[in-house]
Amino acid sequence: MFEGYTLGEIGSIFAMQGFAGLILFSVFVLMALGLAIIFGQMGVINMAHGEFMILGAYVTFVTSNVFADSMPALFGGYFFVAMVLAFFIAAGVGAFVEWAMIRHLYHRPLDTLLATWGLSLILQQIFRSVFGAREVGVTLPDWLMGSFGLTDLIEVPINGLFVMALTLLISFVVYLILFRSRWGSQSRAVVQNRAMAGAVGIDTGRMDRLTFALGCGIAGVAGSAFTMIGSTGPTAGQLYIVDTFLVVVFGGAQSLLGTIASAFVISQSQSTMEFFLSGSMAKVLTLLTVVVILMLRPQGLFSLKLRR
Amino acid sequence: MTTPQTATAERSFWIGFTILAALILLVLPLMLDVFRLNLVGRYLTYAFVAVGLVLCWGYGGILSLGQGVFFGLGGYCLAMFLKLESSTPEATAIQSTPGIPDFMDWNQITALPWFWEPFKSLPVALIAIVVVPAVFAYVIGVAMFKRRVGGVYFAIITQAIAAIMTILIIGQQGYTGGINGITDLRTLLGWDIRTDSAKTILYFVNALLLLATLVLARWILTSRLGRILVAMRGKEDRVRFSGYSVANFKIFVFCVAAAMSGIGGAMFTLQFGFMSPSFVGIVPSIEMVIFAAVGGRLSILGAVYGALIVNWAKSIFSEAFPELWLLAMGGLFIAVVMAFPNGLAGLYSVYVAPMLPRIRAWAMSTRGLPARDTDGQISKPGVTHAR
Amino acid sequence: MTARFRSHLPRRQRRPHASIALLAGAIFSIAPLLTLADTPSTAEANTTGLAVTDDTVTVGILHSTTGTMAISETGSVQAEKLAIEQINASGGVLGRQIKVIQEDGASDWPTFAEKAKKLLVEDKVAAVFGCWTSASRKAVLPVFEQYNGMLYYPTFYEGLEQSPNVIYTGQEATQQILAGIDWVVDEKDAKTFFLLGSDYIWPRTSNKIARKHIEKLGLKVVGEEYYPLGHTQFNSVINKIRLRKPDVIYAIVVGGSNVAFYKQLKAAGLDLDDGKTTLLTISVTEDEILGIGGENIEGAYAAMKYFQSLDNENNKAFVAAFKEMWGEDSVIGDVTQAAYLGPWLWKAAVEEAGSFDIDKVREASPGIELNTAPEGYVRIHENHHLWSKTRVGRARADGQYDVIYETEELMEPDPFPEGYQ
Repeated sequence: MFEGYTLGEIGSIFAMQGFAGLILFSVFVLMALGLAIIFGQMGVINMAHGEFMILGAYVTFVTSNVFADSMPALFGGYFFVAMVLAFFIAAGVGAFVEWAMIRHLYHRPLDTLLATWGLSLILQQIFRSVFGAREVGVTLPDWLMGSFGLTDLIEVPINGLFVMALTLLISFVVYLILFRSRWGSQSRAVVQNRAMAGAVGIDTGRMDRLTFALGCGIAGVAGSAFTMIGSTGPTAGQLYIVDTFLVVVFGGAQSLLGTIASAFVISQSQSTMEFFLSGSMAKVLTLLTVVVILMLRPQGLFSLKLRR
Repeated sequence: MTTPQTATAERSFWIGFTILAALILLVLPLMLDVFRLNLVGRYLTYAFVAVGLVLCWGYGGILSLGQGVFFGLGGYCLAMFLKLESSTPEATAIQSTPGIPDFMDWNQITALPWFWEPFKSLPVALIAIVVVPAVFAYVIGVAMFKRRVGGVYFAIITQAIAAIMTILIIGQQGYTGGINGITDLRTLLGWDIRTDSAKTILYFVNALLLLATLVLARWILTSRLGRILVAMRGKEDRVRFSGYSVANFKIFVFCVAAAMSGIGGAMFTLQFGFMSPSFVGIVPSIEMVIFAAVGGRLSILGAVYGALIVNWAKSIFSEAFPELWLLAMGGLFIAVVMAFPNGLAGLYSVYVAPMLPRIRAWAMSTRGLPARDTDGQISKPGVTHAR
Repeated sequence: MTARFRSHLPRRQRRPHASIALLAGAIFSIAPLLTLADTPSTAEANTTGLAVTDDTVTVGILHSTTGTMAISETGSVQAEKLAIEQINASGGVLGRQIKVIQEDGASDWPTFAEKAKKLLVEDKVAAVFGCWTSASRKAVLPVFEQYNGMLYYPTFYEGLEQSPNVIYTGQEATQQILAGIDWVVDEKDAKTFFLLGSDYIWPRTSNKIARKHIEKLGLKVVGEEYYPLGHTQFNSVINKIRLRKPDVIYAIVVGGSNVAFYKQLKAAGLDLDDGKTTLLTISVTEDEILGIGGENIEGAYAAMKYFQSLDNENNKAFVAAFKEMWGEDSVIGDVTQAAYLGPWLWKAAVEEAGSFDIDKVREASPGIELNTAPEGYVRIHENHHLWSKTRVGRARADGQYDVIYETEELMEPDPFPEGYQ
């Protein structure tokens, strides 16, 4: 497939393709990080994860409209406001859901799957009633559009860079929160041994709620970021659910680092295969490979034992 | 091992079975016109899947989110036969390659693909309806259960398999009919399956097959195997340490559930004249789990009621309040999980069953029975014990 | 199976009926008086037990108002309701007011079949306006053929079908594709094409026709790619496009994937508006641009039969009426307009036949023409598709298209194109 191209062109294409893989990697990490906390750490199968992402996307949509209508001068900066709002609104809804529903189900993980599926249907209908059945277009500030032209062939999309930077930032913050703060060690203590954590005076109910809210909040930010690259509609959240769960499980569900590593492996193989095969077959092969590897190695590729 | 309690459970199952049989064989056909009856027939095809889920999820502890795959496989096996039957060289004379299904011709396929060849024969197709899903389940089961993958992981992997199957079927449209599925199936061995009389007959065939499936499921549950399943659900390690191969039992029950789903899919194809990838994906697969959950994950009879009631509610809601039915469905799922985890069967045994002996005592006034859980499953909410 | 019916279709052409030339809404007040005069009795106009009374006739609307397809089908429902309201205001059909029974297909094909059957068997509707996806149409088709109903199907689609029980008011693939490619070859001097689509029957069949046509013109297809429905990552294919440097990107991406594709295309520096990259699509109507965002697709070309910005009196009246009924923010895409034609074509055929009987309406349908169509003039072909013009529009940042080209002649519908299969 490379006849008739110069080495330079081929080099550029590989550079571009590598970059495409990195963007996909960032997207996967953003999708999966929230779920890794909720599913990997807490054991809750949150089928409504995609809907929390879309909630963030709708928050971004509303914010952009508010800025465009009432303070057009500040429009360039709305995206940061939107992401913060998306985090807190998704986290707030998450905390409510945890209080109303999830906390009754911790001892029945498979039942959380059914209940959150019900929740996802309800959220979809709410989105549809509020924002209409059609997709909404989120207008991006100009500085997020377009690309840097490095050479004739290599163009680096700005929003791709933005997603990558955001992924780094969020991963780092999550790391700080969970592994370097007092709150984080309490949260992990509850996850690892609820009874003992309670016995040493940690308010386990509150920790559960905040951990769940954190996961949902990250989903909200992810959804907000995805308005740059994907669609925002009532049912768009379902598009993400299979990929997201596979990334988390493939990484070894209990390890956040594993989730990131698995996002890297899956995204790189998918984008490489997409380049050499047709799109659908690449997708099938990627999913199939992941499933087969999971069958051979059910604990996931990068299982770090957190529980001792 | 005929204790008084199992005897009661045994009897109450057969009473329930008789009531259900009367309902779907007599009451519904007498009450409903052909159109509504056909709808019930559709719901009953989902009941096959739900009964299978009670076995593998309720009793085996294996939650599969990919039962739609098996439903689809069974359905496609029969659809392939029916499509070949309707694609005679005469009927397809206008195509560039007469004698192959129309969608193949549109995709420039000039000869019948090898894996379609066996489906020219009805016996092969009928066997395939059961065997293909079962074998596929066996492959998945061996890979997973031998490595002790279970619970949540199994659910997620089966979900991914459902996604893969959907993409494959839609993408390989020359061989599968793509997103439209295999449509316009008209006759079975020359018998027009689209007429009202055919639909009525197929309804009864479907109902009888379902009842037979229930008997089979009941037999599995009351056999030694069923008791091991129940033991496994309680304490899997103890069963393993007692020398049983836990994996083999799981594989077996998963295969049985898959075969049941396959039969359901085939009956769907027969009654509706088409099969499409929209039954294979994640959404239908999860809906089928919901049927079992609403009916009561430990009750094979409940599963049938679950499939009937949820679908009936869906039809009614989407007719009366099209905007609201997702809300209602979502609310129903949450309510089932949170408030009555054992579904309708659980409600029945908590509230209705204790009344029955009293009613009976009142009616017969000579022979009183102790007020115990006649269904043999649940005596109080949240606490389950096996039949 | 579909091809079998070709020979059954009546061959005669009909004289245009005077009453159908009346502009929608123009003569509300006197119309009832006019039509009252030639109102046939119910016994005459309805010999097959349809839901027709002395002053009403019942029709069905069958679209998804829930589920994933609700996004696309909402516009069609709105257009059909508008047309029916206008017809009622101008005196109804054969002096009878139209009553509507709306059913939800819920984006689920068996549900479509089920509801179609309910409409035909229980409600005995005289016509059904509905379906959107090919899969839903394929699911209801046997029902309509078995119970002899009449379906008006609005979507542009892949062709390869012709049923005596369906009137296809959207374009079939060749009408949309051939004119568009001819235009881009003439106008943009295109030599190489990159074909891209979502992975299912319509994009695949359409690209097949496009490829045949491109190759017949002695030009080259340098790539052909399909991605699963709902796919949201297009950077790899964008890189391939960059590598192959096609003169034209021919894109038939649908649904949510559309949004992702155009956003990522723009972000990757392939700006459709700078004149260097030419993209021709047949899948993006004004409806889709709402989700994509006009600024992301500005400069793309679309080949279809209708654009909201079409400059003629019929269309202005239609757009104004649509906005009055459904809100100032409504946008109208190709399919929405095609859906609007359904009730009007049915009314014209019924009045031509002087009867609601399905068989008589079918017989009267070929040759029925509509001068009042927002897209201009259309006529029903013997193969139950519409003769219509194909237009090319250039996307603007505000989400509308500038119509920059239209075929001089009506394109003949050809659902089984010789040499393109």
